[in-house]
Amino acid sequence: MQSQATYNYKVVRQFTIMTVVWGIVGMLVGVIAAAQLVWPELNVHEFLHFGRLRPLHTNAVIFAFGGCALFATSYYVVQRTCHTKLFAPALAGFTFWGWQLVIVLAAITLPLGYTQAKEYAELEWPIDILIAIVWVSYAIVFFGTIAKRKVTHIYVANWFFGAFILTVALLHIVNSAAIPVSFMGMKSYSAYAGVQDAMVQWWYGHNAVGFFLTAGFLGMMYYFVPKQAERPVYSYRLSVVHFWALIFTYMWAGPHHLHYTALPDWTQSVGMVFSLILLAPSWGGMINGIMTLSGAWHKLRTDPILKFLVTSLSFYGMSTFEGPMMSVKTVNALSHYTDWTVGHVHSGALGWVAMISIGSVYFLLPRLYGKSEMYSTKLINTHFWIATIGIVLYIASLWVAGVMQGLMWRATNSDGTLTYSFVESVKASYPFWTIRLVGGVLFLTGMLIMFYNMVRTIAGEKAYNAPVIAPAVAHA
Amino acid sequence: MADFISGFWNMYVMGLVTLSLLFCVFVLVSNMTKREVGDVKLHGHVWDETLAEYNNPLPRWWLYLFWMTIIFGVVYLVIYPGFGNHNAARGEHSQYYAEMKAADEKYGPIFAKYQEMDLMAVAADPEANAMGKRMFLTYCAQCHGSAAQGAKGFPNLTDDEWNWGGEPNTIKTTVLGGRMGVMPAFGPALGGEGVKDVANYVRSLSNLAHDALRAQRGKEIFETNCVACHGPDAKGNPMLGAVNLTNKSWLYGSSEATIIETVTNGRQNQMPAFQEFLGDAKVHLLAAYVLSLSKDQK
Repeated sequence: MQSQATYNYKVVRQFTIMTVVWGIVGMLVGVIAAAQLVWPELNVHEFLHFGRLRPLHTNAVIFAFGGCALFATSYYVVQRTCHTKLFAPALAGFTFWGWQLVIVLAAITLPLGYTQAKEYAELEWPIDILIAIVWVSYAIVFFGTIAKRKVTHIYVANWFFGAFILTVALLHIVNSAAIPVSFMGMKSYSAYAGVQDAMVQWWYGHNAVGFFLTAGFLGMMYYFVPKQAERPVYSYRLSVVHFWALIFTYMWAGPHHLHYTALPDWTQSVGMVFSLILLAPSWGGMINGIMTLSGAWHKLRTDPILKFLVTSLSFYGMSTFEGPMMSVKTVNALSHYTDWTVGHVHSGALGWVAMISIGSVYFLLPRLYGKSEMYSTKLINTHFWIATIGIVLYIASLWVAGVMQGLMWRATNSDGTLTYSFVESVKASYPFWTIRLVGGVLFLTGMLIMFYNMVRTIAGEKAYNAPVIAPAVAHA
Repeated sequence: MADFISGFWNMYVMGLVTLSLLFCVFVLVSNMTKREVGDVKLHGHVWDETLAEYNNPLPRWWLYLFWMTIIFGVVYLVIYPGFGNHNAARGEHSQYYAEMKAADEKYGPIFAKYQEMDLMAVAADPEANAMGKRMFLTYCAQCHGSAAQGAKGFPNLTDDEWNWGGEPNTIKTTVLGGRMGVMPAFGPALGGEGVKDVANYVRSLSNLAHDALRAQRGKEIFETNCVACHGPDAKGNPMLGAVNLTNKSWLYGSSEATIIETVTNGRQNQMPAFQEFLGDAKVHLLAAYVLSLSKDQK
């Protein structure tokens, strides 16, 4: 008897489990950093100082949690929608171990104080080279699988995953270009100087949001939403239009991080204009996801995985409205440098990125062990509500704190002097930072519930690799 | 990487911006299908057993939203500096100077009123002091602290001890022009033991616990190396910013270890200049406020 070909689920399993593990680690560091803002006494040692934990938090949640979720889902989706096994399975295995090594190195070097001082690109040059090698391997596995697909058309989720993989390679290599000056000291100097360095950094920084945290997760959305809702995608045409528009406009949005700086006026204007134009392409993805549910709305009552997926789309829509608004120079003059920005990022990061990942992981986990359901659907529901309340507390408190800070900083007396010193705005922020901490703790609690549910689901279960399915006849 | 000194990069970016905008327009125009009558059809492909796609037309409201942002974008780039650096009058620099000019016109007279007054008189004026304090909290508190009591490396302004001189006009000069305090490094010249000896001598000047033998040796070293700036009586020299070593006021700390560190490696201290940033009138009020802080000590 001929043994049937199966999909390669091993690497998907590895990345899926580590998504949950790194999610807990990254969010725990975030909670500690939030607590340090409320109780500065918690800055007990230079290794655990806010200034070092904060980049550890951002790297851990974006690249460890988000990255593992993207690897897991893209490897799963590309196999199943191409109806073929993963290309170069050994290289795929390398991407798992290589990526874990990057994360561990980040967790060691950032607290020790090794940093390039570029936001979301803090890791020093030897780690940057490792990232580049892992990423190129990822591209080979992903596009190799696309190349040997058994269907003519490439499914929409793969466009987004593909764009994310290509663009992140470009962003990482260009922004991390540096002249190394020592290996053991892990020190390098940026290849760019002054305001150009700042521009390259925020071209990278905003496209990390655009392609890592948006395009990649839209790829996730385009597979798991229609799968879980068991409905066809709302509009192929809309997906074409918003895909290309997103790609062409996101690239320009970076300068809105540098409003009213040494960056030339025209560059700031271009950044602002393209950020505004980005609104419709972003909402295209939200519409396509939410409208896919029409005819299946009743499922929301009983299916907490679908709740995660749909709520993530709502937060996506909200933060992609908020973003263009904040990029308008007049609004930015108030919001920039305040906690409003931090709140905005978390409405995207917790509401969109984390929730779509959590929903997708709940979908994936049982299937990777040949089961149809998680150990407890009730606990998924509990997770959903705790997480949602946590996000709402988090972003609402930072909205208030941010607007308050912006208004306090610009308030003047009748003689033109500033009404408040900076430290007064810090003092006024404490209550809101406390509420933010509570929101963060709730979200982390949800992740711990997820971890328990995951362990109970997979404990004692045998790893499972589903057989490769032949394409639908009319389609082959 | 060279700065954008030629117009080429402006043109390059303008070209790409225009292409990107045209591309958005092209994608929209080529997908402006009419609302279909009857059932919406599936696009025809199926993946992974169940994944299929409808081909609904683009939602009208969404389409209008997209068009509106594109039109707004083009108009904005034409009106404001966008396609290159034209219309600089609407740029951030012009905006800044216009706002500063308006503020100076509005608030200038309030400050000018005090500029003619003697510093001591201003320091005694409660209203002027309130204004000075507000400025102090904005511009000075970062280093000198909200209560002006200083921090390590930043002088206490309330103790009537002045490293650069405490005359009213001297304080004003300090704020206007800033100061650069330099204590040279004596580690290489004196050696570890020599530094320790001189540190003990310095401690003895303020009656702090010290090793008498070392202090005696340190005195000789002090007389050869330190008196040029700190003076034979170690009371310092305000002309040079050389601190008084006998007044129990310590900029970096009085422990033996700290003094050894100071003598070995030297210190670099900088008070920034505020003349260009704030202008004479505001500095006048600030100096008066600083003066008022230590008047109880006189």
